[in-house]
Amino acid sequence: MEPKSNALKILDWTAAALLVVATYLVFFYAPKELVMGNVQRVFYFHVATGWVGFLAFFLTVATGTLVIKDGRGNPRPWLIAGWTGLVVGFLAQGMYRSMDLDIMSWVSILAAMIGLYALVLGYGMRKGRDFQYWDIHSVSLVELGLVFSFINIASGAVWARPIWNTWWTWDPRLVTATIMELIYVAYLMLRAGIDNPVRRARFGAVYAILGFVTVPITFFSIRIWRSIHPVVFGAQNPGAEVDAGMTTGSMYFTFFFALFTFTVLFVDLYLNRIRLGKFAEEVEQLKMKSMI
Amino acid sequence: MRSDALRAYFRSMSAIVWKDLAAEFRSRELFSAMFVFALLVILIFNFSLQLDPRARQEITAGVLWVTFAFAGTLGLNRSMAIEKDRSCLDGLLLAPVDRSTIYFGKAIGNLVFMLVVEAVILPVYSLLYNVNLFNPGLLLVILLGSIGYVAVGTLLATMAVQTRTRDILLPILLFPLILPVLLSAVRASAGFLQGRAMAEIWPSINLLVVYDLIFIALAFMFFEYVVEE
Repeated sequence: MEPKSNALKILDWTAAALLVVATYLVFFYAPKELVMGNVQRVFYFHVATGWVGFLAFFLTVATGTLVIKDGRGNPRPWLIAGWTGLVVGFLAQGMYRSMDLDIMSWVSILAAMIGLYALVLGYGMRKGRDFQYWDIHSVSLVELGLVFSFINIASGAVWARPIWNTWWTWDPRLVTATIMELIYVAYLMLRAGIDNPVRRARFGAVYAILGFVTVPITFFSIRIWRSIHPVVFGAQNPGAEVDAGMTTGSMYFTFFFALFTFTVLFVDLYLNRIRLGKFAEEVEQLKMKSMI
Repeated sequence: MRSDALRAYFRSMSAIVWKDLAAEFRSRELFSAMFVFALLVILIFNFSLQLDPRARQEITAGVLWVTFAFAGTLGLNRSMAIEKDRSCLDGLLLAPVDRSTIYFGKAIGNLVFMLVVEAVILPVYSLLYNVNLFNPGLLLVILLGSIGYVAVGTLLATMAVQTRTRDILLPILLFPLILPVLLSAVRASAGFLQGRAMAEIWPSINLLVVYDLIFIALAFMFFEYVVEE
């Protein structure tokens, strides 16, 4: 068993320290919101955990693809596509801001997502590891995504009780988040039912990809369900952060600091979980050896 | 050359469909189970939801789709379980044909079973509740919804039968993924049954078509990885 590397130890402590600072900022630095009062403070962690949970589930699409491809392939086209996607996404975001073109906001999100996917795929292929390595990544991402999304949903309910006067409504965002959670619970149940490691990795990868693809479709189908008006694809949602009463600079600072903190925390937990996965694999191999 | 390959593809696909239909025609196990189960679900809905004439108008579409979805899992489970039980799947995989023909063959077979059950349930429902369900729009929605359901269901059933918890697992895997199909299908069906304007129904139908296309394509890509040893 190799000891934990110093870099990871430093990251552990950094994440813990950041979390303490973020908590301080949320409670003491950010001003009290006028209309909603103190309960608005839940938003800082609510959005941050939601972002991290979504990122984790999104990354399983890329690691799942690497599992299916057994980590092989030519990385160059993926890397080119990835960087192009990110640049296009950045430019489209600029056009959206400067020219007020709603459609560009979608283009930028889509391009950035495709870009990130291709980049993970490209750099992953360059690593030259097999499907087992990427399977550990996939399952780690799903577990972390489940935890963070759950915090996201639960903290949202806490906010909704005084503001919407109910813990829960059947709003598209809420239902989509819950369905996403259920999809990845089903993912873990699927894995638990398979003994053969090759099959477990492959089925998990296929299900994770299928599951993620349905998430936006579910969102739109509920949006059609709820409103009588035909839905225009490019329609801009009023941003949750703005609605959440974020008006002052210190609020924005706290918000982005929380976002940064949870991203660091996510990376730290992710690396630790991968390390754990490697140990689990070693134990499994030792068990096999002792049986022979 | 190309048309020859295409013809061979369709021939092997129809051979699998034909095999499933012939086996079912001889045993009638699957159809009778799905049909009786669907009837029972409707009966249970009748008493648990108090389907009086006013309520019925609102929720007929929902009751029908829940019934189809539940009966559908029986069919999907069974159709893959018979392949697995006596290692018939291995036999199919040994055949020198493209793997996707097996997927499409099984999917079309499942679709036929599902459509047959629906074709029997619809008149029975009309008879029991004295509503006219013969609306071409509704039939189109049922066809589109069933295609989406079966496209995902066949792939997931192939995965589920190869696990330890097989029958229990399929609905848990299937329902969260199939939610958009059920939502849009219920909404479009209700729209047709209540005679709403087409402008209200189109978004749901578009979504069904998009879902069908995306998931047929994904299943086509992934089936190979799900059956390979």
